[in-house]
Amino acid sequence: MELFSIFIGASLVSNIILANFLGICSFMGVSKKSSSALGMGFAVVFVITTSSMATWAIFHFLLVPFQLEFMRTIVFILVIATLVQFVEMYMKKNMQTLYKALGVYLPLITVNCAVLGAALLNIDRGFNFLGTVSSALGISLGYTLVIFIFSTIRERLELANTPRGFRGAPIALITAAIMAMAFFGFFGLGG
Amino acid sequence: MSSELAMESLDVVAPAGSKTKERFDYKGHFIKGVIVENPVFKMLLALCPVLGVTATLINGVGMGVIVIFALTVANAMVAIVSKFTPDEVRIPVFITIIATLITAIEMLVQAFLPNLFAALGIFLPLVVTNCILLGRAEAFAAKNKFLPSVVDGLSFGLGFALAVSLLSFIRELIGTGALNFFDLFYLRLFPQQFAIGLFVQPLGAFIALGLIIGVMFSFRLSKEEQEKKAATAQKTAKLAKSVA
Repeated sequence: MELFSIFIGASLVSNIILANFLGICSFMGVSKKSSSALGMGFAVVFVITTSSMATWAIFHFLLVPFQLEFMRTIVFILVIATLVQFVEMYMKKNMQTLYKALGVYLPLITVNCAVLGAALLNIDRGFNFLGTVSSALGISLGYTLVIFIFSTIRERLELANTPRGFRGAPIALITAAIMAMAFFGFFGLGG
Repeated sequence: MSSELAMESLDVVAPAGSKTKERFDYKGHFIKGVIVENPVFKMLLALCPVLGVTATLINGVGMGVIVIFALTVANAMVAIVSKFTPDEVRIPVFITIIATLITAIEMLVQAFLPNLFAALGIFLPLVVTNCILLGRAEAFAAKNKFLPSVVDGLSFGLGFALAVSLLSFIRELIGTGALNFFDLFYLRLFPQQFAIGLFVQPLGAFIALGLIIGVMFSFRLSKEEQEKKAATAQKTAKLAKSVA
């Protein structure tokens, strides 16, 4: 039950994009088409979940015993970069179809602050291993949900008659604000 | 995302590079970074900290100063190191340099400005993934000499700092009706009950930034239109003259 409330909290209540402002670059950049938004979303689910598990293990079995907690930023970003590279190589060899679907998005994920942010947030919130997994799943699925909904809205916005200066990024930001307002309604859900 | 954008901007920002013998145009490049190619309002880079830390003026200015410092030092270090790094491991090396630098800054801020450290929270370590840092390292510092890279870092850092300060100024002013700067300076412009609390909430950040960028785009569009109109008017006048 506790794991479920962690999941709900991470995905809906404090959504990583709309409440924590992480991963905005990819949120604005890859949301022009719903198919690419979904591709990016699933790549992020994969990378956030695996990297959060890896960074949890490294933090608690390596950094804490040697009192090197201050090194976590450097260690985490290197772990994420290496992991993304590994995942890419493994997929290319063994999972051709998945690689074709997600391949383009994988290199972009290294510099996606949602991934490093999720790893740091999970450590800051002091979860155990299972808590970290469910929180990472919640964060990444919340990211996918929001970026997919946003991309479908943007596809329709293309046809709307917006003032010329507001076309593109400005109207997208204001749309995101209205979505954030809607997600505000989840406040308090799951305790 | 960032490196892609950076590559795109490569041709625009550093066309000549340092290969030409001409003296590098420091002043022009500085203005380019601060205004013409403003990393936030023009290129829409590093939106996470821009939206995340701008609820109050102190946080916005603090973040701006940190980024100016980090970007200048990172550019300088990349400019020195890039000559000895093989091309294939370029990005990991740059990330390591930036991450080391940010860790040092994190510890400094924690020691000397504990309030700012608490307010910035997770966004301080996340400067590592700030698109501007890796973007400038990749697009400019790796290809240019030491001094131009320092100027580039200063100018783009200042551009970012100005954008963040402007946004946090607007948000704090509308959201609370007052401005508060390190307890040195307190200015109440209208009473609390007329403040729109929405603007210090997360969604206020989206609205404020969207409006600022939209208004800027509109201004630029109308200016371009005017110029075009003037140009065509001139052309027709010339034509009329030649016909006469």
